Amino acid sequence: MELELQGITKRFGSLVANDRIDLSVSPGQVHALLGENGAGKSTLMNVLYGLLQPDEGEILIDGRKAQFNSPKDAIAAGIGMVHQHFMLVPVFTVAENVTLGMEETRPSGLLDRRKARRDVRELSKRYGLAVDPDALVENLPVGIQQRVEIIKALVRNASVLILDEPTAVLTPAEAEDLFRIIRQLKDGGTSVVFISHKLKEVQEIADTITVLRRGAVVGQKSPSASEDELAAMMVGRSVQLKVTKDAAKPGAAVLGVENLTVADETGRVWVNGMSFQVRAGEILGLAGVQGNGQTELCEALIGLRPVSNGHIRLGDRDLTHATPRQRLHAGLAYVPEDRQEDGLVPGFSVADNMVLDTYNQLPYAKGINLNLPAIASNAAARVKEFDVRTTSTDTPVGTLSGGNQQKVILARELGREHKVLVASQPTRGLDVGSIEFVHKRIVAARDSGVAVLIVSSELDEIYALADRIAVMYEGRITGFRPPTVPVEELGLLMAGAADSSADGPPAETSPPADQAGAEQAGAEQ
Amino acid sequence: MSEQAPPGPVATTEAAKKGGERPPFIRMVRDAIAEGNSVTVTILAIITAMIIGGLLNAFTNTKVLSAWGNLFSDPGHAFVTAWDTAIGAYVALFEGAIFNPHTVAELFQQASISAAIHDGFLGAVFNPISETCVQATPLLLAGLAVALPYQAGMFNIGAQGQFIGGAILATYLGYGVSLPPVIHVIVCVIGGFVGGGVVGWVVGELKARTGAHEVITTIMLNYVMAFLLAYLLGNVMQRPGRTDLISPFIDANAHLWRLFGGTLRINAGFILALACAFGVSWLLYRSTTGFEFRAIGKNPSAARVAGMNVERSWVMVMLIAGGLSGLAGAAVIQGTDFSVNFQSYGTYGIDAITVALLGLGRPRGVVLAALLFGALHAGAPLMQAQTSTPVDIVEVLQALIVMFVAAPPLVRAIYRLRATRASGVEGLTGRGLA
Repeated sequence: MELELQGITKRFGSLVANDRIDLSVSPGQVHALLGENGAGKSTLMNVLYGLLQPDEGEILIDGRKAQFNSPKDAIAAGIGMVHQHFMLVPVFTVAENVTLGMEETRPSGLLDRRKARRDVRELSKRYGLAVDPDALVENLPVGIQQRVEIIKALVRNASVLILDEPTAVLTPAEAEDLFRIIRQLKDGGTSVVFISHKLKEVQEIADTITVLRRGAVVGQKSPSASEDELAAMMVGRSVQLKVTKDAAKPGAAVLGVENLTVADETGRVWVNGMSFQVRAGEILGLAGVQGNGQTELCEALIGLRPVSNGHIRLGDRDLTHATPRQRLHAGLAYVPEDRQEDGLVPGFSVADNMVLDTYNQLPYAKGINLNLPAIASNAAARVKEFDVRTTSTDTPVGTLSGGNQQKVILARELGREHKVLVASQPTRGLDVGSIEFVHKRIVAARDSGVAVLIVSSELDEIYALADRIAVMYEGRITGFRPPTVPVEELGLLMAGAADSSADGPPAETSPPADQAGAEQAGAEQ
Repeated sequence: MSEQAPPGPVATTEAAKKGGERPPFIRMVRDAIAEGNSVTVTILAIITAMIIGGLLNAFTNTKVLSAWGNLFSDPGHAFVTAWDTAIGAYVALFEGAIFNPHTVAELFQQASISAAIHDGFLGAVFNPISETCVQATPLLLAGLAVALPYQAGMFNIGAQGQFIGGAILATYLGYGVSLPPVIHVIVCVIGGFVGGGVVGWVVGELKARTGAHEVITTIMLNYVMAFLLAYLLGNVMQRPGRTDLISPFIDANAHLWRLFGGTLRINAGFILALACAFGVSWLLYRSTTGFEFRAIGKNPSAARVAGMNVERSWVMVMLIAGGLSGLAGAAVIQGTDFSVNFQSYGTYGIDAITVALLGLGRPRGVVLAALLFGALHAGAPLMQAQTSTPVDIVEVLQALIVMFVAAPPLVRAIYRLRATRASGVEGLTGRGLA
């Protein structure tokens, strides 16, 4: 099926989300749509999928004009979509989810479950999806759930498959599997529209790359185009993917974690006797595949999760059992992994979010009275300093883009006195421009003598920022390495290949990051 | 705030008045209506409910129905009767709740002003407004008891139980102890706050310590408190010489002062209620405690990460809310009833929820909503007496108003408003434009 979009324009009030976009997808082609957050990728795909009606322009299928008033029309025309957030019923089986909305019955009027199961098994076999039709969706890992979504589209005879940020929720291994599946789909004649803001994966999988910026097409490239060139097209200026920073000048250990053990409510141990230190003026990068206890470690560090054994020290203070507020006051700055859930109150204004953990201190409060002018002027200053793009400081934070939300959190946390910065997945879901900004700020904090702990599942980020790398696997540290370490070695450690130095105190086993490490940042991978 | 009438009329008359001199104001109003923000929608919801209420009233009236029976022989009569019935009921409602021209006419027929005042004719002029305020007082206090937890992310369905707690303690202190005039009033009012506050505190503690959902516990406590009241009235609190469930009268020293003396029932409870609304408003929007409450209401996880003690705030919120509802109980007992019986709590608990909803969960809105509902309650008896419209139509009106307020898209559809810009984009694309 030949799919063509001609001059699609979509406006929301005064905002032009899509500006005369042309796009054509040929059969058996993977067409990547690359752009920053807010570039209009999702809007365009929602138009194509019938969720939104374009103000201007038309959709052509095999040269004939098509009108999609709802996803139903789009599905009938052979378009399938896998949303970033899956549309599955968790308590149903795979087969039930797949047939949902197009249930077939036998002559007796009963549901034809057998056919549904057969369909799933057949597609699963043809594309090597390895999905069990009788498994309950809620028991499946995210990667498999995504395949269920793909099967759902294929069962409905989709010949164009739209994948909206499909790798955002996947581990690197799952992403590799997804790419294999995409290639098989392509060989079978299905075309794929692949939406992403990650340069590398787009280069890896796409046949054609269309770059969007501010709602308009800025150009089409082949995947052999250089990363720098694509990035420049995306953001409209050339960005540095590498972080330039001087060598670390580590001082005394500020954050000390000794033999830390953290379990959840069910008694499952997530952090198992972990020990490490972060020194003033250095960045320790904690690498590892998601789900190996990083989340629980961070929650224990801020005081949301009780520690069952071991110690957390900040300077010479023991904070093992302190409340979050005591830790904040002791000089801990915290950038949570899930910024919408833990970092911000989306309904509050930018100004209120800027004082979310200092609202009861001078000058923002006098006794129990809020000092609204002080809160407002603080917000104005921080918005300027951190280049937060917002119409006003009274705008609800929830309406800002992800990058600007993260800037608000950084502005707040770095704006008060702090000795330690713990930042978990600090650039997840951000566009290139914002990533650059966040990284610069983190390095600046380090240079001012703050001890920084970065927890990230993106190796690029770890390489770019860390002065020293620790790898976490199943609640333990499997090794400390300088940032010059080859990626293969980190991969082994991330897969659990413990080395002898794992339990030793970090100061002995991993000397301060060598100077070369800083230059090396972000080169590999 | 005290002279503010129901929001509808005020907004429209103001618009008309100022509109003549300042054209931009008209545009502002028109834009506000077109934008369809929540205040506009609320006002339109009230108007819509009144129209439907009027139709309902007209077409259940036997006179009107018989007129419709003769539609073809005398079509004019059918429409006129229907119109007269619907409008007549509202006019009577207005006269009973706000202002009755007949009383003014009577006032001027008196020989002298001093005689008029003495014989209560001047009082009669202000009686409707006074009654509206009296009816609004407990609604306002109990409405705040729902609105405050709402801002902190909790649904307080237990205004009734907390009301009873306050009423029990205020009554007991009212007849059980003997104190000098002013002090007795204050002690009883504080007793009302404490009585309701204890009930609310239990809810907060249960939520904070065990995670028990406040909707369940407040509903259950409503039953507990209702039966506790009945039990007490049958035993320790029963009025001597009575066999039914009623308490002794409270001491005259414990009565809330009538603001204008004489026959007007408006009393210090109304001032207390307005002061509480002001206090809650300050607490929510100007104090660090309120900042915590609102942050917790909007996102408890982020509040916790920011160092706030979520559990302690839950307890505080419910304690204050319970206290406010307890004050409603005290205001009824000390202001108008002077004793408690096993049905004293009436429908205040449920009305409080509708008042808070109509007030959009904000103190200022609660004041306006309470005055509106107070007016409906105050005007109902006269409406029934003059037009034999059943008072139940007032309950229907309340229900319709809240239904429309709860369904903004419906109101927007009726008046062809567009949704506010932000919600439009969000609503369409789910996660914005990302």
